[in-house]
Amino acid sequence: MSTAPLLTVEQLSYERDDCNVFKPVNLAVEAGDILQIEGANGAGKTTLMRLMTSALQPTAGSILYQGRSIAQCRYEYLADILYIGHQSGVKMALSAEENLRWMSPASTSANQIAEALVTVGLGGYADVPCYSLSAGQHRRVALARLTTSRAKIWFLDEPFTSIDKQGVAALQNQLQNHLAQGGAILLSTHQNLAIDGLRTYSVEPHADRGELR
Amino acid sequence: MIATSVGFSGYLKRDLLLAYRRRGEAASPLIFFLLVSTLIPLGVSPDSARLAELAPGIIWVMALLATLLSTESLFASDYQDGSLEQMLISPQLLALTVLGKVTAHWLVSGLPLTLVSPVIGIMLSLPGEGTVPMMASLALGTACLSLIGAVGAALTVSLRKGGLLLSVLVIPLYMPVIIFGSAAVQAAIDGLNWLGPLAILGAMLSGAIALCPLAIAGALRLVSNN
Repeated sequence: MSTAPLLTVEQLSYERDDCNVFKPVNLAVEAGDILQIEGANGAGKTTLMRLMTSALQPTAGSILYQGRSIAQCRYEYLADILYIGHQSGVKMALSAEENLRWMSPASTSANQIAEALVTVGLGGYADVPCYSLSAGQHRRVALARLTTSRAKIWFLDEPFTSIDKQGVAALQNQLQNHLAQGGAILLSTHQNLAIDGLRTYSVEPHADRGELR
Repeated sequence: MIATSVGFSGYLKRDLLLAYRRRGEAASPLIFFLLVSTLIPLGVSPDSARLAELAPGIIWVMALLATLLSTESLFASDYQDGSLEQMLISPQLLALTVLGKVTAHWLVSGLPLTLVSPVIGIMLSLPGEGTVPMMASLALGTACLSLIGAVGAALTVSLRKGGLLLSVLVIPLYMPVIIFGSAAVQAAIDGLNWLGPLAILGAMLSGAIALCPLAIAGALRLVSNN
């Protein structure tokens, strides 16, 4: 058993156009933790998320997964994370079911996919092409991945955008279940969440950037 | 641990399904190929002797332009809807998932061009002995064009109007393909051994299959990293 936290971020910084985006980030997430990433619009929440998912390469600092640098255990790390960003990767020409099929692990059965769509309230829309669904329903297609995924760490960038009240409540339940099963969640949202043990981390814009553009 | 075959076949299947759903868009290179070839006898000369002389080169130029036409959109929609980012952070070897996408691109662009080329050959009075070499050289050559074009498409994916830059980047790299592709057809018409140029095309394709996915993966990482 290793005693290292699930995810550790040390002195992480990122430069864009020779400007540091935010003050160096230090945080640690254990199994069962939920961390809400806060910050003004443009403070760099999405950038921080993308850095932690390794979609972006940091300028300085390190990200450790169970005590090892994510560069060393890249595929192991990528298999254990799930990232749902602003652009959810939902293909308009494909149906909800087809979208979920290619975004889920290969061993996911057709039943599991159907169940996942029912979970997000799209039970009757499995075969409808996504271009005829609403913005909230697109988001629900992406969020159905939470049910089929076997990832330990979830990175959710504004998961509640365009989701209705019932959907928000259902999603909060799902987040709580994931935590109870020993998962970890990092999410950015401007909503007030009613989840036990919620911690927050504030992303501070770096002094380099002066007033936020 | 690394589910490589899933990445390759998963993206191959997905892109084929997407192409099927957007049949009109997917068929546009083929329609371009057919339409332009109807213009050649009108613009050049309906005289079959003169057409036959030009046919190998013209067919190859048209195939190249038709492939280029469809290359620009190879990564564009994935970039816009966020699925490119998901591809970059999926636990699979990026070069193989990329190869799956390029294979799908060839199956919906290069392969149909190859299959209809005998019809174009008849329209342009291509001598009969050139038909088989033309199909063989187009099959190998358009696969090279798809792979090379994908490198350019990956580099220009974040640009809003990347089309011109893409052409400037990839057309010099297309040149060896068109030289040996049309040479194979010409050699067959002249009664020479056409397997030589075809073998060189095959060698180019082998090189491209080995190297281009790595270049495409590198380019996509570079582009997404800003």
